[in-house]
Amino acid sequence: MTDRPIELTPLVVQVQAPDRGGVASFLGLVRDHHEGRGVLRLDYSAYGPMAEAECGRIVAEAEARWQVAVALRHRVGTLQVGDVAVAVAAAGGHRDEAFAACRYVIEEVKRRVPIWKREYYADGTVGWVDPTAAVQHA
Amino acid sequence: MSSSVAPGLTVRVLLFGSYADALGFDQVELALASPATLDDVIAHLRALPGGDRLPPKPLCARNLAHVGTGEPIASGDELALLPPLAGG
Repeated sequence: MTDRPIELTPLVVQVQAPDRGGVASFLGLVRDHHEGRGVLRLDYSAYGPMAEAECGRIVAEAEARWQVAVALRHRVGTLQVGDVAVAVAAAGGHRDEAFAACRYVIEEVKRRVPIWKREYYADGTVGWVDPTAAVQHA
Repeated sequence: MSSSVAPGLTVRVLLFGSYADALGFDQVELALASPATLDDVIAHLRALPGGDRLPPKPLCARNLAHVGTGEPIASGDELALLPPLAGG
């Protein structure tokens, strides 16, 4: 977890190794719309100690299930459209395990990590995002 | 005539997001009769002003791990009620 801007390159450097030829990554960026409404900015907040613990568990699970090294960062605080909210990098011997581990980590982050998002819309309204109430997009 | 008093337990409960907004606070210490589960904590909070906006079976955590609402609790636990997660 971090409250500073996230850069992908340091995460890639972190997971790289001479015997890991495939590095897969994912970036989640703040979009300018949500359910048809324009988004100006958003606030990410977290249950800090549990978010750190859950992120650690997710990374450990991925590293145990595939022969990979994984780096994960999630940002909290006020983010603007286009900012990186979450980044995952996974390095393995080949692309199969790198892609699989990367996908697993982002799916588990969305499912388990105690983070909430408060969106500020162009029409002046503010609301907590509830993904369980919205149409899901993979 | 003597009466036996059931041992009590004290837990700290954290609220986040829309749940904290609903109740107007983000943490509280609760004393409950033992034994107790998270369901008992939730029932206590739902009886408070604004508590009707808490669902009967929210996502819960006990000592930094996800648990179900039937999870038994112990004195000293840090509990949390988690609104729908929106990370990632």
